Amino acid sequence: MPAASPSARRPGPPATLGAAFRRGLVDSAPFLLVVGPFALLFGVVATEAGLDLAQTMGFSVLVIAGAAQLTALQLMSENAPVIVILASALAVNLRMAMYSASLAPWIGAAPLWQRALAAYLLVDQSYAVSLANYEAEPRWSLPQRMALFLGTVALIAPVWYACTLAGALLGRGIPPALALDFAVPITFISLIAPGLRTLAHVAAALVAVILGLALAGLPYNLGLPLAALAAMATGAEVERQGLARPIRRERVE
Amino acid sequence: MSGWSDAAIWGIIAALALGTWLIRFSFLGLIGGRRLPPWVLRHLRYTPVAVIPALIAPLVVWPRATEGETDPARLLAALAALAVGFGLRSVLGAIGAGMGTLYLLNAVF
Repeated sequence: MPAASPSARRPGPPATLGAAFRRGLVDSAPFLLVVGPFALLFGVVATEAGLDLAQTMGFSVLVIAGAAQLTALQLMSENAPVIVILASALAVNLRMAMYSASLAPWIGAAPLWQRALAAYLLVDQSYAVSLANYEAEPRWSLPQRMALFLGTVALIAPVWYACTLAGALLGRGIPPALALDFAVPITFISLIAPGLRTLAHVAAALVAVILGLALAGLPYNLGLPLAALAAMATGAEVERQGLARPIRRERVE
Repeated sequence: MSGWSDAAIWGIIAALALGTWLIRFSFLGLIGGRRLPPWVLRHLRYTPVAVIPALIAPLVVWPRATEGETDPARLLAALAALAVGFGLRSVLGAIGAGMGTLYLLNAVF
């Protein structure tokens, strides 16, 4: 690596792959506060819904996408048709195609097995932390970028598995007074509300709520996909009209 | 889980795992850095905010725990989570506000 000009202080390449890995580890650590309880909740709710330990862990280890897992679980407990369950849960994950597209310029040249592994581990937190660092450190080499990416999931993924397991083992031991039935809607609201950044997001959410309620009586849970499609189209159209400006000032970190 | 055979449950897990991985791999897997057309991006941006509220709105208004009867405590708890999540941009704060409101109202009434 050629020596950086003396005036260049930051950004600069870290000395080792280990340093890049540790950067990912440290930057992702605060997200454990969300990931841990979310996994715990999934473990408890899945067990209470009647999934056995292997199935509950199968969801968290193989799918590793909490919102989609809870969506599938909720629809399974409503005995929705398989096609509605899969379409709805995968629709929740479609945002990850955007993540994939926006990371591709940075790590798209990595060996196939590394990209396949990174795809498995591409979650909200690893995406956000990695992209922020790639943009801050444009001169990092490909191995450094991959090391950072691995660092972002080195805590989050094991904690995700372990807390799911803990939740599954706790399972029915949770007293009813904790009203965990309602923890699922509350968690979903809490995940969505901070993301209501623009008029387009608010309009999409409003249409989703109104149609979700109005069409709740439709057979085969068809109300959900219909409401979601209409809400997506609403968000996209509001954005196309140029009305997707931020509705409140972003806090400057 | 009632109404589902073990095979059906594992089938759903497998399909969801494969589908999710394919979504994540999509652009990382392509060679040459193809770009998404703007109209596709425009729709993708709104998928979580379209699916999740449509899924949970009925659960909030007609909760299972009360056998579908609208429960003021749960409605207020949902509004508290929404307000704190929107206002403070904090996921944990919103969860705390929502469940805290529910526990408080259940304890008082």
